[in-house]
Amino acid sequence: MSSNKLPAAGKLRDRYKNLTDTSLLLIITIVVFFLMYIGAILFQGKGFLKPQTFFNILNGNAALIIASCGMSLVMITGGIDISVGGVAALVSMCCAVYLDFKGGNIFVAVAIAVAIGLAFGLVQGFLVAYLDIQPFIVTLAGMFFARGMTTIVNTNPFNVQNEAFVALKDTRVIMPGFGTVTKSGKYVNAYIEIGVIVAILVIIVMFCLLRWTKLGRNFYAVGGNSQSALMLGINVKRTKFLSHLICGLLAGIGGFVYFLHVGSGSPSHALGMEMNAIASSIIGGTLLTGGVGNIVGTLFGVLSLSTIQNIVASAGYGDPWWTGITIAAMLCLFLVVQSVVMSRKNKSHK
Amino acid sequence: MTKKWIIAGIFLSCIVFAGCGKIFKEKNQTNSEEIMPDKYIVVGFSQLGAESDWRSANTESMKSTFTNENGFELIFEDGQQKQSNQIMAIRTFIQQEVDYIVLAPVIETGWDTVLQEAKDAGIPVIIVDRMVDVEDESLYTAWVGSDFALEGARAGEWINQFLQVKKIDNANIVNIQGTLGASAQIGRTKGLREACKANANTTLLTEVTGDFTQTKGKEVMESLLKKYDDINIVYCENDNEAFGVIEAIEATGKKVGSDIARGDIMVISFDGVKKEAMDYILKDKITCIVECNPLQGPLVQDIILQLEAGEIPDKFSYVDEGMYAHDDTVSSVVIDGVDYPITVVTQELLDVRAY
Repeated sequence: MSSNKLPAAGKLRDRYKNLTDTSLLLIITIVVFFLMYIGAILFQGKGFLKPQTFFNILNGNAALIIASCGMSLVMITGGIDISVGGVAALVSMCCAVYLDFKGGNIFVAVAIAVAIGLAFGLVQGFLVAYLDIQPFIVTLAGMFFARGMTTIVNTNPFNVQNEAFVALKDTRVIMPGFGTVTKSGKYVNAYIEIGVIVAILVIIVMFCLLRWTKLGRNFYAVGGNSQSALMLGINVKRTKFLSHLICGLLAGIGGFVYFLHVGSGSPSHALGMEMNAIASSIIGGTLLTGGVGNIVGTLFGVLSLSTIQNIVASAGYGDPWWTGITIAAMLCLFLVVQSVVMSRKNKSHK
Repeated sequence: MTKKWIIAGIFLSCIVFAGCGKIFKEKNQTNSEEIMPDKYIVVGFSQLGAESDWRSANTESMKSTFTNENGFELIFEDGQQKQSNQIMAIRTFIQQEVDYIVLAPVIETGWDTVLQEAKDAGIPVIIVDRMVDVEDESLYTAWVGSDFALEGARAGEWINQFLQVKKIDNANIVNIQGTLGASAQIGRTKGLREACKANANTTLLTEVTGDFTQTKGKEVMESLLKKYDDINIVYCENDNEAFGVIEAIEATGKKVGSDIARGDIMVISFDGVKKEAMDYILKDKITCIVECNPLQGPLVQDIILQLEAGEIPDKFSYVDEGMYAHDDTVSSVVIDGVDYPITVVTQELLDVRAY
């Protein structure tokens, strides 16, 4: 058992011991994602070798990445927000109606998206933090409200024809050097959509916020143990309120990015997005109990989730229940691994 | 300490293998057939969802056509009624370099970008069932589906001839329309309107939508029966509506059937996918059904084989669709010079039908 004779192993052990729970779970997530992707390349063949396959995963999930960042933040603070999908649907419908029927401009549409997100965050945050209502109940009500409002704004799904919007939607950021030559011999550039850039910016901002600011540390402290946080002089109520406010804001931005990706408004948009966001956060190493989590992990959580869906579909199992079952299995495995690794580590601390 | 690392390593590999386990299994099952992968023509099929019996039969037709035995490998993706899912599926097909993409679009608009990507990648796209509304028609190679206007025209002509044979001077028709805006609704409504205009023996009382569902069909028929007491023929734009309509008529004590002269209310319907609908014809509850054939797989296969052989297939292909009736009062209808025979439904016929 004792490997103290070897200095290198000793160092490794010290590092392992000194790892925070957050970093350990993050490492697990990243390693699993890469192993999975390599596995996909080996067993699924050439499709996964193309850079565009990866970029497509980013393009299709930019909105989910943004919403998941907000979700992780709330979960780190010890809460939950299941209204994000509803808010995203409401945002896309309102923006679609505004742009198409009123012929409005893009910047006002963005402002509408942000305002809707902030409004939800504000009300839900207030109810959770200052009136001490369970976040699950509050955001459940928020979800129903948002879905209902979406249908009231407009019942039928429709595509937005607004020229400025369509131009923005079809804007592609070419990734030089990643293109591939198709069967017909034509060189096709690899690209990402605008939404991906927004998602990356959100990740950077959120990462910095959680890592290097006092507010960021407060989120962890409140989620870890709100009683001790209170004794340390942290304003617990304000911290909880802010977490919901930021989550609402990100749901609004995520909704707009979703809208930018699909280019239409529909009451069935972003259905189940909140559940995917929760699943991604958990896979990314955020604990439902709070106090532990990392934004980079969340990013890899989303990527893992959609990669596994992609693998299952590529293997010819395109029926929706197969992806559901696979995600369930993956979540379950992650939870087991997380709990095993954590408990072993905590034992080794003694 | 190293022990713990090993354990951690084992756990990690467990997840990965569990993650890929399903695929391992699938690969092993198909390994024997994949010795010569070039042999198969790879087809990616993006179906819009699984909302109706017709849709399920359509999916099944594709799956049973594009089998390894027939020389195909099918990658099937269910779009769950969302265009974004279907666009994602097509992009995945492009990355996988499938040989052909088959698309059953959920709505008509918004496909230009992704179909252009497929074209750039040199993959022919075949549209099935509903149309796509794109500026550049060369974005898709061919379209396979039903001619809904022709279906409507055939039903209209059948009614006309039926009334002539039975020597009925005037019959009042109500139309229970499908979901407004759906291509099936537009075509079938148009067919009936034109027939009623052309034939002196029919009067179209009113048109109401029944949303292609049984409950709505029943609801609408109940109010129509209160409003009009002289309805002779109910024209339902799909079978599910017809089921609801029959319930409503029978609830008022009236009889459903083909004997209009004696006060029966006759029901005409479309699709004929469900076995139930055929049973209803046998019992003369529905008198005539114009089939809407979901078996589009073989036609798509023909197009692909033509393309493989370097031929240019027809841009638009229509599936063959039969007509079923309770009796042989009308033996065939002629539309634009083409003769469409009518099959009389018997128990033997029901036993051998494919779906």
